[in-house]
Amino acid sequence: MAIKGFKNHPYIPNSVPEVQKEMLKAIGLNNLEELHEEVPEAIKLKDNMKLPEAIPSEYELRRHVEEILKKNINCKDNLNFLGAGCWQHYVPAICDEINSRGEFLTAYGGEPYNDFGRFQALFEYESLVGELVDMDVVNVPTMDWGQAAATSIRMASRITGRKEALVPKSMDKDRFLIMKNYCAPDIQLIQVDYEKETGQLNLEDLKGKISEKTAAAYFENPSFLGFIEENGRQISDLAHRFSALSVVGVDPITLGVLKPPSQYGADIICGDLQPLGIHMNYGGGQSGFIATRDEEKYVMEFPSRIFGMAPTGVEGEYGFGDVAFDRTSFGHHREHGKEYVGTQTALWGITAGVYLALMGPKGMEEIGQTIMQKSQYAVMRLNQIAGVEGSFFNSVNFKEFVVDFNKTGKTVKEINKKLLQKNIFGGKDLSSNFPELGQCALYCVTEIHLKTDIDRLAAALEEVLNV
Amino acid sequence: MKKINRDSRVRKNFHQAKWDEPIIFELSQKGERGILVPKAEEDVVGVVGDGVSGIPDHLKRKEHPNLPEISQPRVLRHYMRLSQETLGADVNIEIGQGTCTVKYSPKINEMLAKLTDITELHPLQDESTVQGILEIMYKTGVFMNEISGMDRFSFQSGGGSQAVMAMASVMRAYHADKGESRTRDEVITTIYSHPSDAAAPAVMGYRIIYIHPDEDGYPDFEAFKAAVSERTAGFIVANPEDTGVYNPRVKEFTDLIHSHGGLCGYDQANANGLFGVTRAREAGFDMCFFNLHKSFSTPHGCGGPAVGAMGVTKELEKYLPAPLIDYDGDKYYLNYDICRDPFNIGKVRMFYGVAPVVLKAYAWIMALGAEGLYEVAKVAVLNNNYLFRKLMEVDCIDAPYIKGKQRVEQVRYTLQKLAEDTGITTGDVQRRMMDFGMHYWTSHHPYYIPEPMTLEPTEAPSKEDLDEYIETLKYIIKEAYESPEIIKTAPHRSVCHQVDERTLDEPDEWAISWRSYLKKAKDKG
Repeated sequence: MAIKGFKNHPYIPNSVPEVQKEMLKAIGLNNLEELHEEVPEAIKLKDNMKLPEAIPSEYELRRHVEEILKKNINCKDNLNFLGAGCWQHYVPAICDEINSRGEFLTAYGGEPYNDFGRFQALFEYESLVGELVDMDVVNVPTMDWGQAAATSIRMASRITGRKEALVPKSMDKDRFLIMKNYCAPDIQLIQVDYEKETGQLNLEDLKGKISEKTAAAYFENPSFLGFIEENGRQISDLAHRFSALSVVGVDPITLGVLKPPSQYGADIICGDLQPLGIHMNYGGGQSGFIATRDEEKYVMEFPSRIFGMAPTGVEGEYGFGDVAFDRTSFGHHREHGKEYVGTQTALWGITAGVYLALMGPKGMEEIGQTIMQKSQYAVMRLNQIAGVEGSFFNSVNFKEFVVDFNKTGKTVKEINKKLLQKNIFGGKDLSSNFPELGQCALYCVTEIHLKTDIDRLAAALEEVLNV
Repeated sequence: MKKINRDSRVRKNFHQAKWDEPIIFELSQKGERGILVPKAEEDVVGVVGDGVSGIPDHLKRKEHPNLPEISQPRVLRHYMRLSQETLGADVNIEIGQGTCTVKYSPKINEMLAKLTDITELHPLQDESTVQGILEIMYKTGVFMNEISGMDRFSFQSGGGSQAVMAMASVMRAYHADKGESRTRDEVITTIYSHPSDAAAPAVMGYRIIYIHPDEDGYPDFEAFKAAVSERTAGFIVANPEDTGVYNPRVKEFTDLIHSHGGLCGYDQANANGLFGVTRAREAGFDMCFFNLHKSFSTPHGCGGPAVGAMGVTKELEKYLPAPLIDYDGDKYYLNYDICRDPFNIGKVRMFYGVAPVVLKAYAWIMALGAEGLYEVAKVAVLNNNYLFRKLMEVDCIDAPYIKGKQRVEQVRYTLQKLAEDTGITTGDVQRRMMDFGMHYWTSHHPYYIPEPMTLEPTEAPSKEDLDEYIETLKYIIKEAYESPEIIKTAPHRSVCHQVDERTLDEPDEWAISWRSYLKKAKDKG
């Protein structure tokens, strides 16, 4: 039986019937059906799958998909103040140019010879992020911040032989759920409360919960709610007093102006690369990194691949390869290796490397400063609106801040709905995940926001709130 | 002029781009900038000042990070050169990465995924503003249901291995729901399934039991029967396995697991040769996943971003990571109802999965339809068996297990005889292939098949491409008998020469970053 489908599909060179016939003959078969003789009739499909009819030409396919995508309304044509784990930053053109290169796009599991460039680019990404966080070891990236944090805690658990981890109650609930599921079989996550006035981690609560069972004290800087955690040193010291590890989640775009956590006691640093030159992609741009000191007891606990430099047989030639490959589940020990490894987010790692190479030390400082100036301006401007508090917490913010609408008599949901009518995407409604805050929203302001954008938001809010 | 003889298909004059490119830090020139950053407007500065003086002094970064300072053209040139030093599937006959299903990734799909209407979407936008991408994701889920026979898909997992972890999480939730989480602590898999089919369930707390193959290469049913018990939480397996051998008794395996109260998860990394032929449901599985970056072409991106699209039966839907994407007849929406179930697994990845990858898979399916997908499967298997037949004619190439029958999507060959005859190992041949612009992957570890070589042509190569690959392998094998030294010392025309791998396993020697390299190189004087 010949296939009823295409005789010349552009993606399938050997869909040409004459070629099929020739190849079948070469392998001693009469027809294509015989290729699947090992599949029993009882579990074979008898009819064609019920899928839409194929769109034969590339032009029509393009029109079809574009028509669907046009139903979206995007953050470029509108004014967006959403952050909360995915942030709108400027993506330099060269980041897109490099991650669109066919060679990188279509490489996968090649060797350090034929995929030399992939190895070098990822080694350089590791090295560049290493400088940013002031650590010597960075992994080929994992899925996202949540996975990076979950693995960091598993690493800490293996290093300390302990089964409890302390995490901030102020963290993102979705990120917490990722970590909880990943740690669930044997590691308990215990939440530490925050100070009502400042949002800072409550050190008394931390002291009450930390013990000889604690593998890691995990906290974030900036916190999910946007403010700078000021007690990093005390938290790390307290963890170390109990021989636990200090694990810090960080937004890397802050690190031109903020001290890296390694300089206030962090043993493991993790975070998301998405702010570094990667589009939001409806949440598809997330990419998690993990960094430690260059000590065997840390390196050997990474589940991820780690690319390192090595000499070749030729003087003056750089070579690359997998560092301590056998610790991974790809090595000889399979499930007795460290957790598991597989396809994750390598291309975003390369992209983050390109971003840091473009930005350099001055660029990272300047972007941190610009973001802080603009977000502070936004807080001040929103503060001028009657009934609105620009920042719920009395702490210094980086790019995100909790706007308090409690005294407006309106819900965040109502407000955001009206803002949307003015082509503004208001901040994330915190009322369901943080009921103790009442009607508050997490706003995000970055270098992409002009003063006029912030003024437009303020004016729109004034109108929406009738003040 | 005289005829220029190009009768041989072997690319004897190939040379991969080799730039001797410095490490990016070595390009730094003080004062150079790769990009300038927008500055806060004067009126903003007038109101808030420098913005950073509010940072507590002990948290201010006092010294710049030691990043390089490089102008824009030099950064671009550097990375363009690195890309040229990478042999992606766009530039080679990529049939050597068996089990990875590296196929043609249509450029139109890349173009669509770069549209502002997807790149500039924030995942927390109001549902009314993201109807297009929700429609794509919902419909792709419906397609996946039809392709697999499952009832509901989640795109949250960012790769196949994470999908295995999610399947193991669902197993855990299901048995907890039944009050059996303590007693069911074993997951069964096979040695020729992916290592993550063992490693990810182990992270979820399961003890792993491996089933070895019988003499034909099928998972040993007698050993399987002995392994299944009331302690079995589930069975996670690929079929065909990495050998390309399809287990025709798969339904008996899944039935046996069910009769003992366990769940069956299908690793469909090797699905490409089965589209429209058979499905997870008919084979008795409760769950499955597809690697959209493999079978659905989206592509691999050096190892992600990707999607492990995970499907389950109706009974298991409530355990899936939230949210699900639904359609009420009028609009598409994110459905969080399953969160209310006390045994729901929560989340495995932020938001809803890598949306551009789902979009590319959607466009790929739409370009093929049901008949096209069936044709993909048929041609992929035809290509594989053509390659199989031709290579088995070579004296020193063999493939263990069933003889005289077809393999599905790939074959794990052995070059053991070549090694015995000549001392040339599969690793040597692998490196030599790169001198001709090609490459192959050996196998996962440990090597259960000695001197392995795993090839998976997919539907993408033409017969001419296959013939070129075969001819090149034969050429190298001839070299192995006549001039083995050239293979032992390969590669010669790839980007670099043989790496001294010893340093990579030595803590005092390994150089995981440029700064680590500088410290260690300096220490050695």
